[in-house]
Amino acid sequence: MFRFFLKRLGLAALVAMTVSLISFSLLFLAGDPAVALAGEGATEIDIEAIRTRYGFDRPIPMQYLSWLGNALSGDFGESYYFKTPVVHLITEKLPVTMSLGLSAITFAILLAIPLGVAAAVRPNSLIDRFALFISVIGQAMPSFWFGLIMIVVFAVNLGWVPVSGSDSWRHFILPTIVLGYYATPAIMRLTRAGMLEVLRADYIRTARAKGLRPGKVLFKHALRNAVIPVVGLAAVQLGFMLGGSVIIESIFALNGAGFLAFESISRNDFPVVQALILVFSLIYVLLTLLADLLNAWLDPRIRVA
Amino acid sequence: MTSIDNNGRLAGPTPAQLMRRRAFSHFGFLIGGGVLALIILAAIFAPLLTSQDPYAQDLSQRILRPFFMDGGSWDHPLGTDHLGRDYLARLLYGARISLIIGLVTALISGVIGTAMGVCAGYFGGRVDTVVMFLITVRLSMPVVLVALAVVALFGGSLFVVVSVLGLLLWDRFAVVMRSSTMQIRGLDYVTSAQALGCSTPRIIMTEIMPNVLNNLIVIVTLEMAHAIILEAALSFLGLGVQPPLPSWGLMISEGKDMLFFESWLITVPGIALFVLIFAINLLGDGIRDVTAPENRN
Repeated sequence: MFRFFLKRLGLAALVAMTVSLISFSLLFLAGDPAVALAGEGATEIDIEAIRTRYGFDRPIPMQYLSWLGNALSGDFGESYYFKTPVVHLITEKLPVTMSLGLSAITFAILLAIPLGVAAAVRPNSLIDRFALFISVIGQAMPSFWFGLIMIVVFAVNLGWVPVSGSDSWRHFILPTIVLGYYATPAIMRLTRAGMLEVLRADYIRTARAKGLRPGKVLFKHALRNAVIPVVGLAAVQLGFMLGGSVIIESIFALNGAGFLAFESISRNDFPVVQALILVFSLIYVLLTLLADLLNAWLDPRIRVA
Repeated sequence: MTSIDNNGRLAGPTPAQLMRRRAFSHFGFLIGGGVLALIILAAIFAPLLTSQDPYAQDLSQRILRPFFMDGGSWDHPLGTDHLGRDYLARLLYGARISLIIGLVTALISGVIGTAMGVCAGYFGGRVDTVVMFLITVRLSMPVVLVALAVVALFGGSLFVVVSVLGLLLWDRFAVVMRSSTMQIRGLDYVTSAQALGCSTPRIIMTEIMPNVLNNLIVIVTLEMAHAIILEAALSFLGLGVQPPLPSWGLMISEGKDMLFFESWLITVPGIALFVLIFAINLLGDGIRDVTAPENRN
């Protein structure tokens, strides 16, 4: 277990390093950042001043190393737009995005696992077809459009929830449903497939033959084993959701890290964008690492590999 | 069904005939393929289907309602937008953008992902380790965020959007091609080609590729749909293709300001997007069932 842990930790660190290199290089792909920052009508002297002020005059590998060194100690530089440290901006907005992500994945799991189990217990039944219908629709409906339709129906026409903003928990209802809906099909299909396989296993037949109550067989014996891969998938989906929060938060004007990312991109505020790409990637890397370890803990067969 | 023909050989349906039979009795394949074919034809022959110019503005004809609502007329069957441009014409010409984005992105990412996946699956060892690492790195990068940033840096032309999506969406190709190649790498016909002294490129092209083609086509349809949705989302956020191009995502974005009063402005292009993606997904599932019936669950 310890060796497995070390191996996965090393891989996660290497992935994080590579992502940091890519997110740093993005800034230099599009030409001279000093010229872009100075804006139109800037003189050569202005540009030179900006170059020295932000350290763009140093060799690029040097800039990367100093950026990485600062990032490791939690210093992502200063926002061009707000003139405040990027870390403060991110620590202020990230909780909103994290709560959105967590409530969305909870919503998805609460919807997907019961549906998946029901679909597996009665394959090709009405509920199985309904589950399939939900996932097929979800795959074809763009999230931003679904969000707008939800606003029209539930916020404007019915007036049940506020249209946009992030002041109370009621503002989170629609974004949670929209974001969570997109994680539902994958979790549901995996639950269904896992349950179908487990229900055929010998120990389930044994349990039934012993005369245990069907509910106990289903939830205590079958679901426990079928749900192991779902843990990993849910973690991965949560990671994808944080990326998807850029779109959802922009639609609902939810004041989180995704919205900050979108606004910073529109404002050419690159230190914030770089930092957010890195932070989102790091969270994803951590989540997959956690999922692997959790899987290995739940299912000892994985530890050998 | 099997009979003996005049030359005394066993004659049954060939595999190709069997496949055609499955295709023509598969509901999803027929519907998906049919709808997609209709959309492609509508996009190609857009100038024949409407006499209106998708770019022609007429400020005296702003936000006319479509024919199915009160006050609609057949002069502009789907009404006009906030600049008085014919909505049907924009929808038809917009299909071209979605289809181009889907096809070209799937082509770019397909070439990258297939090359990586087949190499990883065939050679294994270090090559596999490196490819798996690249896939992990790619998966840990937030696609929407990176795509938005790149489009903001390079400007929102069709070329930039297609390139950035093509360079980002290869992960599923690589994953699936890798595992498909691994499955057939050790089979007898590959071993015998190696024993015959065939060169590695020849083995990959003539033994491996034809046998992973079915899976490849299924991923092509999935990623086409993925790319079309992403382009619409980028354009919706204002960092995809730029006005006045009639991208469906842009149409939804422009209609958003009138969300409260004229919600059909976003429903019409939204439904168009939904139908296109739905058709591509149906076709993809259909192709999987038709080409590999043993993989059905």
